Amino acid sequence: MQRIGVFICWCGSNIAATVDVAKVAEEIKKEPGVVYVKDYQYMCSEAGQLLVKNAIKEHKLTGVVICSCSPRMHEATFRKTAKAAGLNPYMLEVANIREQCSWIHKDRKEATEKAIILARAAVAKVSLNTPLQPGESAVTKRALVIGGGIAGIQSALDIADAGYKVDIVEREPTIGGKMAQLDKTFPTLDCAACILTPKMVEAAQHENITLYTYSEVEEVKGFVGNFDVKIRKKARYVDETKCTGCAVCTNKCPSRKAGNEFNCSLDKRGAIYIPFAQAVPNVAVIDTEHCLHFKTGKCGLCQKNCSANAIDFDQKDEIIEEKYGAIVVATGYQISDVTKYDEFQYTEHPDVVTSLELERLMNAAGPTKGVLLRPSNHQHPKDIVFIQCVGSRDTTSRGKCYCSKICCMYTAKHAMLIREKYPDVNVHVFYIDVRTPGKNFDEFYRRAVEQYNVDYIKGMVGKVYENEKGGLTVRAVNLITNERVMIDTDMVVLAAAIEPSAGVKKVASMLTASIDTNNFLTEAHPKLRPVESPTAGVFLSGVCQGPKDIPETVSQAGAAAVKVVGLLAKDKLVTNPCTAEPNELMCNGCSSCEKVCPYGAITYVEKMLNDRGIKETRRVASVNSAVCQGCGACTVACPSGAMDLKGFSNKQIMAEVDAICK
Amino acid sequence: MQINDNLEKSEFKPLIVAFCCNWCSYAGADLAGTGRLAYPADVKIIRVPCSCRVNPMFILKAFERGADGVIICGCHPGDCHYSTGNYYARRRMTLLFSMLDYLGIERGRTRVEWVSAAEGQKFSLVMNDFSKQIHQLGENKKLGDIRCKKQQD
Amino acid sequence: MQKTAGLIKKRALELLDDGTVTRVLAWSRSEDFIYEVSPTFFDKGNIDKMIYDSFCAANLSKYLIRACKEQTEGKILAVLKPCDTYSFNQLLCEHRIDREKIYVLAVPCTGMIDNDKLKKAGFSGVTKVIDKGDSLDVFTPDGSRSVAKKDVLLEKCLCCKGSEPMAYDEKIETDSKPFETQDRFACVEKLEKMTPDERFAFWQGELSKCIRCNACRNVCPACSCMKCVFDNPGSGVASKANSDSFEEKLFHIIRAFHVAGRCTDCGECSRVCPQGIPLHLLNRKFIKDIDDIYGEYQAGRDPASRAPLVDYRSEDAEPSIVEERGN
Repeated sequence: MQRIGVFICWCGSNIAATVDVAKVAEEIKKEPGVVYVKDYQYMCSEAGQLLVKNAIKEHKLTGVVICSCSPRMHEATFRKTAKAAGLNPYMLEVANIREQCSWIHKDRKEATEKAIILARAAVAKVSLNTPLQPGESAVTKRALVIGGGIAGIQSALDIADAGYKVDIVEREPTIGGKMAQLDKTFPTLDCAACILTPKMVEAAQHENITLYTYSEVEEVKGFVGNFDVKIRKKARYVDETKCTGCAVCTNKCPSRKAGNEFNCSLDKRGAIYIPFAQAVPNVAVIDTEHCLHFKTGKCGLCQKNCSANAIDFDQKDEIIEEKYGAIVVATGYQISDVTKYDEFQYTEHPDVVTSLELERLMNAAGPTKGVLLRPSNHQHPKDIVFIQCVGSRDTTSRGKCYCSKICCMYTAKHAMLIREKYPDVNVHVFYIDVRTPGKNFDEFYRRAVEQYNVDYIKGMVGKVYENEKGGLTVRAVNLITNERVMIDTDMVVLAAAIEPSAGVKKVASMLTASIDTNNFLTEAHPKLRPVESPTAGVFLSGVCQGPKDIPETVSQAGAAAVKVVGLLAKDKLVTNPCTAEPNELMCNGCSSCEKVCPYGAITYVEKMLNDRGIKETRRVASVNSAVCQGCGACTVACPSGAMDLKGFSNKQIMAEVDAICK
Repeated sequence: MQINDNLEKSEFKPLIVAFCCNWCSYAGADLAGTGRLAYPADVKIIRVPCSCRVNPMFILKAFERGADGVIICGCHPGDCHYSTGNYYARRRMTLLFSMLDYLGIERGRTRVEWVSAAEGQKFSLVMNDFSKQIHQLGENKKLGDIRCKKQQD
Repeated sequence: MQKTAGLIKKRALELLDDGTVTRVLAWSRSEDFIYEVSPTFFDKGNIDKMIYDSFCAANLSKYLIRACKEQTEGKILAVLKPCDTYSFNQLLCEHRIDREKIYVLAVPCTGMIDNDKLKKAGFSGVTKVIDKGDSLDVFTPDGSRSVAKKDVLLEKCLCCKGSEPMAYDEKIETDSKPFETQDRFACVEKLEKMTPDERFAFWQGELSKCIRCNACRNVCPACSCMKCVFDNPGSGVASKANSDSFEEKLFHIIRAFHVAGRCTDCGECSRVCPQGIPLHLLNRKFIKDIDDIYGEYQAGRDPASRAPLVDYRSEDAEPSIVEERGN
């Protein structure tokens, strides 16, 4: 039997004016287990706390109930008090007789009766409390960043600068991501390469950063502070340590059929290639699908011409195993598929391009050396039509319901750059709304309209078709004048929706990080914890969490880095002791609990159990208390009641129900 | 106040159990208190970490022991502190309430409300409204702990 | 049916002989009564006792839970009717049975007899039944008489889920035709249309018949807990018997809730209830609600699917839908 002490606070007159505290004391004394009752003016005061401490010691109390203000106010205070008196802090419960009683009821008799009931419920609960100990777990002082675009690079640099080791895993042969493909950046119009490539180099040279390019995360096990990760480093067939990036091999390669990914396949590359001139690492890679040596066993020109002897046709994928304390997901985005929009003729006509393709067509390192030419005939275009929201803000099943956020601004940028460089080109933009919230964004857009005379037309394009002159005709409705619009043009640029990278689902499921219906990773809290995943130790950086532009991505990457540093700076993680716990003998191993756990805290283990003399191996749930946050979803999913929540156990809550309904 | 009118008409004092999630609704109830936004003393709150901690057994037990109404309050969908708890709670409660209805228990003895930590006003309004509803439904006889065999035919 | 039984026995013997399986889970019959059929394990020694006919209603899948634990070497041959394979899949999905240890022989089914209905139709001392497609020829010491299947088959068979097995290693096929089935939700809708007081009276009448024999729980493939929550003193609801009418309700509501989204609607609960309580009406209500509110879902159809109660959509209906809908 517990020895319970009940302390009733007057809270000056806040409680005592409406609740007859003496009556509460008198009634609660009759409850089984209650050995000591005391009321006092200010229980949270120094003197009040001393009273509690002394009573715990003098009366050898095993449980304490404080009838006072909300536990959200002073539960922590009183738990500290209990701890100071040598009582386990979780042997204390608070009955809220202020916010939920004295402050809302005027009738003294009614309020007193309710206060007694609330006190009884707390006594009933505390009788079933058990001492709880917060767990501790060590922290591996190393972070993993998945994705080497600007988001991943920035997070990695910030973490590395704080003095922690970081590994970047990048799927492609080079880091840089989408930003490396961009020509200029809004709203300042500085060249993307000029601001990105120094960061790429910095990441490569940083003593705390290790790059694993052309690599993918294969398996993630463990939990916050203690992740065990397997990384597959795909065979490049080029020895990274020997290759000097001289590019002789890439020029000698006779295979010229592969689309050049960096230029959105607008031109071709060799089967051995370096993605682009400033690639990091500046090392060649062999695309075995197109390599004649891998296809026919002949050729080998690259090997013959490599003075560094770097070509190694026998190279194998390598599995790297590493431990991490924290993981940043920075998997970025891809352009959504525009081929399904038949009305825009993307697949039919080469002069219909996506905005990212236009970036390459305008970039000095692109397939046209930066001269804007129509892909169909390499002629200078006279008219260009931009179509906004292709697949964005589209509630039909073929599109994305969200706003891709960056398109309004990059289209204004494209329009402006074209008008600047080729004043003879007419630029028309069809839009639903122009959205320019951001520092210097609206000014930028206005410049496009006012200074560069870009023709903005509110309205969606109904159809694009090839006209008899070999050009394109765009048919639309101007929603402001309500007139039909027909424009003959040389090129059409589609502002295609962006979507999370295709690989994000796999990454999310490995990390047990949740994703929303659009495959964006979910935050732990949309407002207050926007860079954390609900899975402890997993952080979000960049577009994998939701559409954003470069400045936003960089700030979020920094924020994620701070969270990582905050975690890695700890020597030990102290965990919430109110976690779920299975009764292994009752567990069916059915996986229901695992499925509802938002944190991936539950795994299943085959365990030898002794069930009243019967020894057998059973599949049972195992809760990682370092990861469990104590929501209790699993306890209700469990049909046998094997899963229970410490601090809020089935029996405790039932006891409260009983006490209230008595 | 209407509730007082009702109270005078009948001596019935309902017992209402409110399960409130720690992060939103319990804080909303605190805010109602801070703002002195009165609601009937019939309502007794049990704090749970999340609405997904509420086991249908708790609700049925409350009815068995004489509760006349049970209300579950949680964070608004999408705002759950644990990100998804209230989504599970929503499905569980929908199905449970439908089952109680199917068994002939009066609709309206159970309710789910999403109350955020900022919605003290809403908390108070909801509790006033729910209490009024339970007053109208009267005592819970169908799910109580009374031995009642099928009437002899 | 007789032909099918012969084929099953032949295959079972072959599989025992070639070592594919070490034992066979099927049905056997008592020597006294034709309708006294029990699930039985067979080996070469007693395989001749194996039967398969219109009395083999018992769903064998649940027996595999224990059998898998005991099976140290080789496989068990599980003879499963199409509807039993749903339970089989559900058990697989819940990791309660080990697929590696089981060889599923899916067998065709033309409907199983409800013994009570047979009795009510005036047959006693039945000695033989011959399947005639839409009817059965029933032999008693007084002679033989034909009876329509719809009058004597089990409720679960009248609402048959279909003749296609959901899981098998091998199936025995015959040219038996499926018979016309009923809408399985009609009975639920009938109750839904009553007034709340009528519904209450109906359930009060039905559930107060409960003697808490736990037959429903013991037969139910979804009720496969190591220890039932009603036997777990830590749960706060443990009880061995109904001390009051509430506990009957509590037991059946919670039982139905625990199997909601997992129940394959195999109908065993109602079949075995000695008091004749239509327990399937509770489970089917959950199935109907799940179908109506969250989209059609059949437990046990796809072992990789996610059960509706461990799943959600952000746009799910609010619980107030219960109050808002008609009646």
